[in-house]
Amino acid sequence: MTPEKETKTPKSKFTADRGWPGAFEGETVTRRHFMTGVALGAGGIASAMFALPALGFALGPIFEKTEHRSLLDVGAVEDFPADTYTPQVVTTVAGIGEVGKILLYIRKNDNPTPEQSWPFVAISNRCAHLGCPVRYIEAAKSFICPCHGGTYGFEGEVTGGPPVRPLDRFETYVENGRVFVGERFSVNSQLERVPTRDPGAHVDGFWQVLYPPRPTT
Amino acid sequence: MPKMPKPSNPLHKKVSDLPKPPMPPLPPSLRPNPKPKERSEVTVGEAAAAGGTSVVAWIDERTSGSGFLRGFLFRKVPKGVNWWYTLGSATMFAFIAQAFTGVFLAMYYDPNPTVAYESMRHINNEVFLGEFVHGMHKWGATVMTVLLFVHMARTFVFGAYKYPRELNWVVGVLLLMMTMMMGFTGYLLPFDQRSFWATIVGVNLNGTGPMIGPYLADFLRGGAEFGSTTLPRFYAIHMMLVPGLIAALIGIHLYLVAKLGTTAPPWVKAEIPGQDEKRV
Ligand code: HEM
Ligand code: FES
Repeated sequence: MTPEKETKTPKSKFTADRGWPGAFEGETVTRRHFMTGVALGAGGIASAMFALPALGFALGPIFEKTEHRSLLDVGAVEDFPADTYTPQVVTTVAGIGEVGKILLYIRKNDNPTPEQSWPFVAISNRCAHLGCPVRYIEAAKSFICPCHGGTYGFEGEVTGGPPVRPLDRFETYVENGRVFVGERFSVNSQLERVPTRDPGAHVDGFWQVLYPPRPTT
Repeated sequence: MPKMPKPSNPLHKKVSDLPKPPMPPLPPSLRPNPKPKERSEVTVGEAAAAGGTSVVAWIDERTSGSGFLRGFLFRKVPKGVNWWYTLGSATMFAFIAQAFTGVFLAMYYDPNPTVAYESMRHINNEVFLGEFVHGMHKWGATVMTVLLFVHMARTFVFGAYKYPRELNWVVGVLLLMMTMMMGFTGYLLPFDQRSFWATIVGVNLNGTGPMIGPYLADFLRGGAEFGSTTLPRFYAIHMMLVPGLIAALIGIHLYLVAKLGTTAPPWVKAEIPGQDEKRV
């Protein structure tokens, strides 16, 4: 006769039955375990109470939608002929002095297309490589960047150097003979409007999937 | 058959058989006490002297700090350690100098974008020794970075990153990244044309990282544009967040150095006590 197979008895849920030191009759968890859990839990909750809001405070700006600012008056319609760019400084962020100003190169849009139907072409001087200030050179009808030799043609399209896309543009509006600029937008190599990106972000071909539009822009 | 005597392995020598190392040059109050005399042998004069106590001994009696300091400062080092082993301490000294001068610069510096440049000009041109302290902080940043890289090269060339010190290498890499962060965030603070445009380019460089890059740039700027919070953000990261992390990491780094002991230079051969050095 084969000895009866030893059946494994399930472990008791009572600490006393399991022979744990310091066990009390009828308890399923020792006081030491319980107090350790309470101390860790309370400490964790207390830490999360200050750490989570503080982290959100620091990281919040990443997820905030940038507020639409009101249109900026940049001058009279006659100030901006169609055959050259006229520079105009505008304040986009108030209250921080020089840092809040940007330079726009503006000309009349003498050839509106379905993609670029704005009455004026307002090109941002922020280089699409890494953000240095480009300058319009009339003799070459080009935009030149001082930092790493990026060059752009008359429409802001890349003609040389490291930039990955054309110069950004701004919406333009005309009212009562005055020109107003609105939001910044990026353009792809066909000069079609795409969501605003930071300098260095691709907006064409496969590479654009690596730089998705963000909540802030 | 008679039992063969076991050949004695010189590595199994008892520690108590090894020659005693000389006493480190401690001040008398911190030397370990000699065995107390039998009570009956203590003279009245000795008992009276033991009653009085020095400040150092008073603190030591309440902290037992001397034991820790003896172990930490007078730990044994292998034969052949040389000047290259001082580079880590030199880096730490440079960090302390940066922290010290930085605290005093913070007393005059104002991280508001409209007045930051003016406050730096005030420090450099009008505050007594301002240009000197600012200069020490500015050049000290370069000194710290150079020392850090030479220290890193030393630990690499000497193979000090190998078992069991891999973790210390990892902590070192974190220290390297933190130090780079200090350089990046500190460069904006003078708020002149150079520091402003260099930071614009630096933030946009972060932005070119695929997927998370643009979010990183938003985090650094505190939004989509360089705004009113960008400079205070850089200032807080530069003067509080990163220095705190560096100090904590240096603590871990040094704990591991003391715990694991420092490596011998690669040209020093293992020495087995009691054996002819040439045979090893
Ligand atoms: C703020 C920066 C740093 C400070 C203050 C620092 C400090 C020190 C000090 C005082 C030592 C003692 C021995 C010696 O000086 O050679 C040491 C050892 C060591 N450090 Fe650093 N260190 C820093 C950065 C780094 C970096 C960037 C690395 C490498 C990535 C590194 C890797 C190591 C290693 C592996 C050791 C052990 C050396 C040995 O056992 O021989 N440290 N560090
Ligand atoms: S920032 Fe213009 S070329 Fe690099």
